[in-house]
Amino acid sequence: MSFTDWITDARNVVFLVIALVMVGAAVVVVATRNVVHAALTLVVALAGSAALFVMLGAEFVAWTVVLVYIGAVVVLFLFGIMITRAPIGRDSVRLDHVRRWPAALIAASVFGVMAWSTTAAFGGEEISDGVLKAENIGDLLFSRYVIPFEAVSFVLLAALVGGIVLARKDPDR
Amino acid sequence: MIVNQFLVLGALLFSIGVYGVLVRRNAVLVLLSIELMLAAVNINLVAFGAFVDDAAAAGQVFALFVITVAAAEVGIGLAIVVLIFRNRSSANVDELDLMKW
Amino acid sequence: MTPLLHLFALASEGGEHGLDVVTDPGGFAGLLASWAWLIPVVPLVATFAIVLVGKRLPWKGWELAEGSIAFVAVYAVALLIANWQAPMAVEHHVTLSRIDSLPGLGDLVLEWGWVVDGLSIMMFTVVGVVGFFVFTYAKGYMEGDVRFTFFFASFSLFAGGMLVLVAAPNLIQLIVGWELVGVASYLLIGHWWEDHDNNAAAIKAFITNKVADVGLFVGVIILGITVGSFRISDVLDAVAHGDSAVAQVAFWAGLALFIGAMGKSAQMPFHVWLPDAMAGPTPVSSLMHAATMVTAGVYLVGRMFPLYQTPGMADDVKIIIVLVGGATLLLTGLIALVQDDIKKVLAYSTLSQLGYMTAAMGAGAYTAGLFHLFTHAFFKGLLFLAAGSVIHGVHSNDMSDMGGLRRFMPSTYRTFVIGSLALAGIFPLAGFWSKDEILASLSHDAGAGGGAAATLVLWLAILGAFVTAFYMARAVYLTFFGEYKGEGHPHESPRVMTWPLWGLAGLAVVAGFVNMPGLTSSFTDWLASRVHVMGDHHATALNWGLAVLGTAMALGGIAAGTRLFHRDAATQQERDRLRIPVLYPLLEQKYYFDHLYMNGVVGPIKGPIARFVVWTNQVVLDGVVHAFGAAARLASRFVYGWADQRGIDLAINAAAAGTGEAGSVVRRAQTGKVQQYAGALFAGAVLLVVGFLIFG
Repeated sequence: MSFTDWITDARNVVFLVIALVMVGAAVVVVATRNVVHAALTLVVALAGSAALFVMLGAEFVAWTVVLVYIGAVVVLFLFGIMITRAPIGRDSVRLDHVRRWPAALIAASVFGVMAWSTTAAFGGEEISDGVLKAENIGDLLFSRYVIPFEAVSFVLLAALVGGIVLARKDPDR
Repeated sequence: MIVNQFLVLGALLFSIGVYGVLVRRNAVLVLLSIELMLAAVNINLVAFGAFVDDAAAAGQVFALFVITVAAAEVGIGLAIVVLIFRNRSSANVDELDLMKW
Repeated sequence: MTPLLHLFALASEGGEHGLDVVTDPGGFAGLLASWAWLIPVVPLVATFAIVLVGKRLPWKGWELAEGSIAFVAVYAVALLIANWQAPMAVEHHVTLSRIDSLPGLGDLVLEWGWVVDGLSIMMFTVVGVVGFFVFTYAKGYMEGDVRFTFFFASFSLFAGGMLVLVAAPNLIQLIVGWELVGVASYLLIGHWWEDHDNNAAAIKAFITNKVADVGLFVGVIILGITVGSFRISDVLDAVAHGDSAVAQVAFWAGLALFIGAMGKSAQMPFHVWLPDAMAGPTPVSSLMHAATMVTAGVYLVGRMFPLYQTPGMADDVKIIIVLVGGATLLLTGLIALVQDDIKKVLAYSTLSQLGYMTAAMGAGAYTAGLFHLFTHAFFKGLLFLAAGSVIHGVHSNDMSDMGGLRRFMPSTYRTFVIGSLALAGIFPLAGFWSKDEILASLSHDAGAGGGAAATLVLWLAILGAFVTAFYMARAVYLTFFGEYKGEGHPHESPRVMTWPLWGLAGLAVVAGFVNMPGLTSSFTDWLASRVHVMGDHHATALNWGLAVLGTAMALGGIAAGTRLFHRDAATQQERDRLRIPVLYPLLEQKYYFDHLYMNGVVGPIKGPIARFVVWTNQVVLDGVVHAFGAAARLASRFVYGWADQRGIDLAINAAAAGTGEAGSVVRRAQTGKVQQYAGALFAGAVLLVVGFLIFG
């Protein structure tokens, strides 16, 4: 399939736009000198992934991302930023290490290896257009996947308790 | 839509996240970068799920599990960061080098 | 599924458990029988409930114990009435687990179950009714005790264990109940463990029982393997059919089971633990002596009775049983004459009465022995509670601190006298009927092939009647007549303690009438409702000659006691009256049984073993060790000089130096910076993937 064939499909144009926005947002997240901006641009990247999920017919996952990440996790991050008095705004405090180039090299080689190996394995196969309704995924979660589901629920509960235990002030001290 | 476009996007987001994890000093920002990596993983999972198109919808279900575990990880991670900040008045990762020789 | 739920499900739905009904009462009585598993379970549940929440309850857990035992009493009496109207014998078996093809045993099936027949109903009633009075009394007696709640938990366990034992339709469950009783008795005898003597008494009771328990285990294993089933009904079926394999082992199995019974029922020579068990609180003694523990041995013989009674089976053991019972009943009765501790008098009296029961069982008189168990439970429970009331008022166990208490404690005095007369066997109190039946049965056995042994034991038993009356008269006079010799002001016990006394006193009066000769539906008929034919050699008619003789002996004993101890009992050193040369020291030292065990059994075994071990150590082992040592020294000199110093050390030093050098280089990589580690991780992953892509 040539690039021309690919780009004439309207869905692929939408994908390209979303993907570019996501990559831009991701770069801002790791590069900005403003901590609050980093958290807010993460919202943009995650919203992009939610949009991709809708395109892939995974609407329940898409809404879960919106609710959990954008609704809860990012708010949690903002609280974390405030409590730890991370430098808000363009402060003189360095947010990055001095030696960025080794890190960039490692990241680039990770990308190279992943992109090369996956594209080599799969070629140009099309993705089928199926929509999995929330109803179906609910059925699956409570029948076939009920044990992992309960296990994950327990992990979440344990994390909740652990978070409280860790973060509360020890009255003895 | 072909599967490769999602895989390449996922790889790109993941490696941007890796860069962030390696280069950021502030622990909260490290956690943010980890969220970016997890989002990339989710994109891969859902794309593969749509590609294989099995009746069990394993890709989407596991994406949901990843989201759940990520939420748990953020909760615990931020609690640890708050604790470290309370003890050392700093949330910078490179100052935590107690685990050395 | 837990056994409890399992039982509940099966009992309520009538599931696939084995039901062995011989005489099905049907109707309401059948319903009662199929729910009888509640009888052992409720006190055990109460035990756990008391441990868990007892301390938070308004009466500190007593109400749970009392409620559970009252439930047992009511249920048992309901069963008794049902059994009176229509005899029943029902067994339920529930399989708990099954182990297939054990070597030498075949399939081992572990079962839980309950048997509702004349014998078990009688025992349920005794435990429930006596237990009810004792639990009530104990609330007053233990008031303010440091471990009040724990006491009632153990007490419930004690009663529950006994009920498990009684309800057992198989020998395994019987052992479980047997050991529960043992554990509970250990806890209760040692209840005031701060005092070392109490602790020692608890350990003594436990160990003595354990020694005898070996007999029980051996007997159960022999029977279980021979018959191929641990169900008592299967064993007795095999006995009834004259199974030749069982006949071969019957003597040893029967003897082994009887040794177990001797331990729990404290027959000579295992009797030593029972007097020491007086260290426990008095309610414990009362329940232990009347209903729950010492009756277990007699019950076991009664439960396995056809094994001893069927010709060609273990009928040779019977002569041993008779002789053990006869010896115990007279010898321990004599010891009771010289005891100063009021509880010890009663303890030796219990031993003596258990001797009567055992002798009756050995004479083939199933009903007579168990009837004496039944009546004895009421008046001995009463006597202990009354003695406890005295101790509560005087704060001493010693009868030389008492005297004249008749005026201070009228209720206790009257009930104690009623109990004493019942124990002595005075017409028409309970003891008269049961003791007379034992005498009549012994006489019957002497005439029907029991031989010289039965005749001898008959005369021992008649003499025992005199001794019984004698020591009880002594106890009554020393405690309640004459002048008060103790300190402080004795006082009557609170009502919570006196009304159980009157309740038991009433039963001690009337309990004998249930087996009056000439009744159409008497105790004999109730007790005979068993799955198997008992083959009871039982004298049904009143033997006038023996009844008169027995009563005359009892009256003679009372007269002797009155003569010796009534007049000027307050001023004389009363024990001088019994200072008969030779006999007195013998009795005082309890026939030297404790000396025999400590110096005769424990000592000689301990000494030679120790000497042998020392000799082995000094001569044999040391010689071997020295020889090896010399050889090793020669070898090591060579090895040290050549191989070690020149060869190995060099290599090891070099290796150590190399490791140190390498470490000082490599440790620089351990920076402690998490992000450097993460970077190395990702770089490594990339290298691995690349490696796989190129070389894989």
